[in-house]
Amino acid sequence: MSYEEIENADVILLWGSNAREAHPIFFHHLMKGLDNGAKMYCVDPRRTSSSKFADVWLGIDVGTDIALSNAIAREIIHAGLTNPEFIAHSTQGYEEFAASVEPYTLDVAAEITGVPAEAIREVAHAYATGAKSQILWTLGITEHHNAVDNVVSLCNLALLTGHVGRWGSGLVPLRGQNNVQGGGDMGALPDKLPGFQNIDDAGARGKFEAAYGMELNPKPGIHLTLMFEAMERGDMTAAYVVGENPADSEADIEHARALLSGLDCLVVQDIFMTRTAEMADVVFPASVAWAECDGTVTSSERRVQRVRRAVTPPGEARHDLDIMVALADRMGVDLGTSDPQSLWDELRTLSPAHAGMSYERLDDGGLQWPCPTLDHPGSPFLHSWLWADDLEGRDPAPFSVVEHEGPKEQLTDEFPLRLTTGRSLDSYNTGVQSNGFTSPIRYGEALDINPGDAADLDLSDGERVQVSSPRGSVEMGIRIQPDIPRGLTFTTYHFPDLVDVNVLTNDAWDKRSGTSEFKAAAIRIDKLDTAPVVPGADGSQLDASGSRG
Amino acid sequence: MHRGLVADLKLTVDTSTSDERAAVDAVISPDDHAVIHETERLVRGGTERRRDRRHLLLPGLHALQATAGWISPGGMNYLCAALQVPPAEAFGVASFYELFRTDDPGHDQSVHHVCMDTSCHIAGAEEFAQQLESEGKQVHRGPCLGQCERAPARFVQGRNEPDHVPADVPDELFVLPQRAADPDVELRLLQRLGVVDPTSLSSYREHGGYVALARAVEIGPQAVIDAVRAAGLSGRGGAAFPTAIKWQGVADEQGRPKHVIANADESEPGTFKDRHLMEHDPFSLIEGLTLAGLATGAENGWIYIRGEYPLATRRLANAIEQCRTAGLLGADVLGSGHRFDIELRRGAGAYICGEETALMESMAGFRGEPRNKPPFPSTHGLFGEPTAVNNPETLLNALVIVEHGPESFRRVGTEQSPGTRLFCLSGHVATPGVYEVPMGTTLGAVIDLAGGATGTTRAILMGGAAGSFIGADQLDMPLTQGDTRERGTTLGSGVITLFDDSVDFTSLVLRIAEFFKGESCGQCVPCRVGVVRQHEVLVEMSANGGALRNDRNTLIDDMAVAMADASICGLGHTASGAVQSAIRLGLIGSAT
Amino acid sequence: MTKTDDHAETVTQVTVTIDGTDVTVDDGDTILDACNAHGVDTPTICYAENLTPVNVCRVCVVEVEGNRTLVPSCSRPVEEGMEIQTDSERVRHSRKMVLEFLGSGVDLSQATEINEYSARYGADLSRYGDDRQVIDEPILIQDELYIRDYDKCVLCYQCVSACGDDAQHTFAISVAGRGFDNRISTEFDAALPDSACVYCGNCVAVCPTGALQFKSEFDLRQADNWREEDQTVTTTVCSYCGVGCNLELHVQDNEIVKVTSPVDHSVTHGNLCIKGRFGYTYVGN
Repeated sequence: MSYEEIENADVILLWGSNAREAHPIFFHHLMKGLDNGAKMYCVDPRRTSSSKFADVWLGIDVGTDIALSNAIAREIIHAGLTNPEFIAHSTQGYEEFAASVEPYTLDVAAEITGVPAEAIREVAHAYATGAKSQILWTLGITEHHNAVDNVVSLCNLALLTGHVGRWGSGLVPLRGQNNVQGGGDMGALPDKLPGFQNIDDAGARGKFEAAYGMELNPKPGIHLTLMFEAMERGDMTAAYVVGENPADSEADIEHARALLSGLDCLVVQDIFMTRTAEMADVVFPASVAWAECDGTVTSSERRVQRVRRAVTPPGEARHDLDIMVALADRMGVDLGTSDPQSLWDELRTLSPAHAGMSYERLDDGGLQWPCPTLDHPGSPFLHSWLWADDLEGRDPAPFSVVEHEGPKEQLTDEFPLRLTTGRSLDSYNTGVQSNGFTSPIRYGEALDINPGDAADLDLSDGERVQVSSPRGSVEMGIRIQPDIPRGLTFTTYHFPDLVDVNVLTNDAWDKRSGTSEFKAAAIRIDKLDTAPVVPGADGSQLDASGSRG
Repeated sequence: MHRGLVADLKLTVDTSTSDERAAVDAVISPDDHAVIHETERLVRGGTERRRDRRHLLLPGLHALQATAGWISPGGMNYLCAALQVPPAEAFGVASFYELFRTDDPGHDQSVHHVCMDTSCHIAGAEEFAQQLESEGKQVHRGPCLGQCERAPARFVQGRNEPDHVPADVPDELFVLPQRAADPDVELRLLQRLGVVDPTSLSSYREHGGYVALARAVEIGPQAVIDAVRAAGLSGRGGAAFPTAIKWQGVADEQGRPKHVIANADESEPGTFKDRHLMEHDPFSLIEGLTLAGLATGAENGWIYIRGEYPLATRRLANAIEQCRTAGLLGADVLGSGHRFDIELRRGAGAYICGEETALMESMAGFRGEPRNKPPFPSTHGLFGEPTAVNNPETLLNALVIVEHGPESFRRVGTEQSPGTRLFCLSGHVATPGVYEVPMGTTLGAVIDLAGGATGTTRAILMGGAAGSFIGADQLDMPLTQGDTRERGTTLGSGVITLFDDSVDFTSLVLRIAEFFKGESCGQCVPCRVGVVRQHEVLVEMSANGGALRNDRNTLIDDMAVAMADASICGLGHTASGAVQSAIRLGLIGSAT
Repeated sequence: MTKTDDHAETVTQVTVTIDGTDVTVDDGDTILDACNAHGVDTPTICYAENLTPVNVCRVCVVEVEGNRTLVPSCSRPVEEGMEIQTDSERVRHSRKMVLEFLGSGVDLSQATEINEYSARYGADLSRYGDDRQVIDEPILIQDELYIRDYDKCVLCYQCVSACGDDAQHTFAISVAGRGFDNRISTEFDAALPDSACVYCGNCVAVCPTGALQFKSEFDLRQADNWREEDQTVTTTVCSYCGVGCNLELHVQDNEIVKVTSPVDHSVTHGNLCIKGRFGYTYVGN
């Protein structure tokens, strides 16, 4: 997809995404769509600032997305609003899928999700009958233990209706970080080579081996969450962390810190002295990729763009590429040049999707992959093959049967409130970049809570409380917010120095994506004067480990 | 493009009073707000709901002003939440209008607005204002109130009492309004004034009401437009645009909601004819606007009446209600199968809103800033939809044409300017009032109808502040669009204001310049700054004993050319006409 | 398979005459577009490539045959056969007067472009009286990111458009008041941090006179150390979310002093959010 497409959409289904704050400039394009008359339906447990633009906001219970999407699918089928021609030609597994969603009646889904049946019906009809309908999602879909199931359940809706592979409609995951797409493009995935070529595909691998003049390990690696399990088992004893701050960003953070500090060797390469860097045996100071280095990054719309050096890095900070080449050199391997453009040109010979993207062509606003040749204009959207008479030789797209499970961590009498996490407009992730400027709209870390729940607990706005999950406790202030439903609480995790929110979050994770369930923990709130003493509540445990510095 | 509707909404911490909430609730009920919380987990909102309600901003602000005496931050928050209008936008709108205050007045008294313009200026407006002040009243000196025939004029913006004009007769009384006509010519537009009971539909029907509309239903929309075209009717609001072309343009637009608007924001200093029509024959405007709706295929009728006309507003509101009850408005007008209804909207004190595009902006809930044309209202009017905007007098003429046919209409007037015309005579004239005469009647004849001048006429202001002064040697001028233009002046909206030789023209023209300074919307540079600099030159002239230096005269001319050439709308185009004509005639500029 | 998604548009061409020369442009283009295509340098103040024309400054007016008044070139679409004069006496006169009017009321000391126009059209401020009404407002500094100096405001509406429909849709500011008293204002002049403002800086980016400034620039100017001639401008990509906004880093003495975005970039159209605009302070530290 291209951002511009949403300006022409008729129906926008924004699901688990607060793009108004997390992707503000993408939201500009979305608002143009609304200006042009698009209807927007927002699915989010919170009535976010994005949801306030919606024609209808459906405030589902955290983690009930599949129940909702299956019910929408069932309603589309029962109302005769599918695209049978598309289903027959471009998909497979429809019958089995249709049977699987049969139990998800509107009433059943209403019961599970907390959203009235009539509204679910309305969304189903609007989405199916829109000339150009889009589904967009972010971490509200993916930060769950069943993240991949959540994603494919949304894909099912597009397959039912044919809202995919055409200009103006489609499935749009919004990337949370500036180069998370580019990292994947370049093979920073456990099982991929650059250009999404499989490492266990001997043909693809051979191409790289020939170019690099060495044999490559054909075995897929493991992703971050598995690495922590490997650390726990003692199978992994050393880590080289580049531009990541897992000692603040992981769910169930105290556990993660303990594992990191137990490594034999921890090497951190970063522009900041992060909490992870403070734990490291060796720290390589890196220069700022987007302002002190040359190179490329890839955005959510697969647009490859150049970053350029604008300022000279301070002190001993060096380009990531320089550091890696030098490190390899010490290990006795000559990686050759560290010149970004030469390396990019090498990549273009190995990744067909990038072959047509010379630096010269990228200079003016970038190009969207795939861009296989120098005269190729780039690709505004993917999956148009679904509409080709011969499917361009591919297999029809499969429906996926997925079932509602709900969050791993159920609410209990001891932990009766749901905690979910997210971003705010002026801050970013663990705050290492964004906390350096004085934002007039920053309120720091606070736990948002419904006025009714606050009244039940005898809490006043701004009051500091103890918040506990089965994993630990933190002390923080509350914000009474009428926009958050009863039973739900919300916080950001931008200020780990103020509040270690990830002490609370659940590290139940998805086996396929490796993402933890940041979106659903069970918590309890206690007034400070009556709060039970819980280990870790004041951070003393961390001080003892020496990790807080 | 739905301007201003896709928006964040962050309110201030200020809270509303229960009175303010009740006032807003009367405009839009809480279960019809732009955002509705159906359940805790289901909220409806969105662009369309906002678009359908934004036009209630102006009525909502009126309600708040009437309740609290100002637009308080808390009251505005409640209104903004109801309509989902960003508060900065609402503040921009509220602060645009003379009748809205955005600061706490610090008292709970009614405000007496005293007109300081032309006829009132020479009738002792300032002394009148001082007298009211000495009585302990809250006085606001302001622009023309449309009561020039009874200068000096006053309008009371009520606090704990309704808005009213002390000079108005009570509703229940039935009094012949002040008027006169050429005894040789039958009255067309004024025929029912003083004859019909303005509060009664049956009285209106007894006096020939709704015969024209019945005829229109019979002959159909295109025949109506054709008749209006054959009659050669041109607009009576000042621009004199052919009515049939306007209507045909809207009629030809298909597939979108369409609107007809009666521009009853009569604000040109010296003009009060529409007020007379609406106060004493309100049903005729309803019928005329319904006719326009039928002809153009518009289902939505609107009357935008100036905020300082409380009696006319009441009578129109009453007339609309009676017509709805009688099936003359609603789903099936007169059994025609045509749906048509009318909403009455009150302006809030802004001369510029008489300009048709500014009027539509104001009605839609925005600042009354004119738009650049093209595009024209016939394709991009109210809410961006096809719209015909007509002056009430024009609509009454259309009724006459449909009822009696174009040939009959053309029996009076001239070939180029057929029909009759209403003139508003005030100033130094024996019987100020509204007069209906055939087009082409001479200026002198009309003045004679009004009993003649009361003194030695030194100058006559034609067309109001936006028009120009002419000398007493022009009494032989036939009153048509063409003849007035030929003599370098204008008919405008039918203003004829006489000034005798006792008048201090320096002071009068200074006030006209001040009027424009106060009424420029400030959107475009030539007008926003030009009217201020023009005023400053006149202030300087006044301080110099009335002498205008040559370089100042050049500057006045330079500014006038730029304002006329480069401003967005007619206000800027005409803002220096009166000043320049006064200099030309030697009324100002030479030392005394 | 029927695929109803093609977004290709066919554009027809229109020929107009500019100062006696035929110029062919796309239907739907404005007179200003045609002037630009023809190499006619047209002054503009309230026009910006990334904003809907509001045609309020009137400095871009031209003469179009058959029109009673001059027309704003920035917003008027071309029509086949239009005859346009861009440098007639009438046009020059109105442009000069607009520039005099602006110069007579506001502080244009940092409005380089407008001052160039004023010189070009011979604007003469000496003929306006010394005791004339001018805009005289205190400089507003209510946070660490912006300053607002409305003495410099020409009411071009660009900040309002950028905060509103043309980009940010936040509507924290509006034109308030009427006539010469018009001001750009929050509701009831609320302090910016208490208003709806989200500090995207898109208003500052479009301000043509320095009435709105990033505090970083204002502070350097106050210290007499704002040296545009010594600055480099480098285009790169924002380091925050994955949208891929292009940033222009304005660097002086190896320090980022201002961040803008290219108006012709398909992603941003010149607009950024608070993080992209201000979240650079860690660079170099």
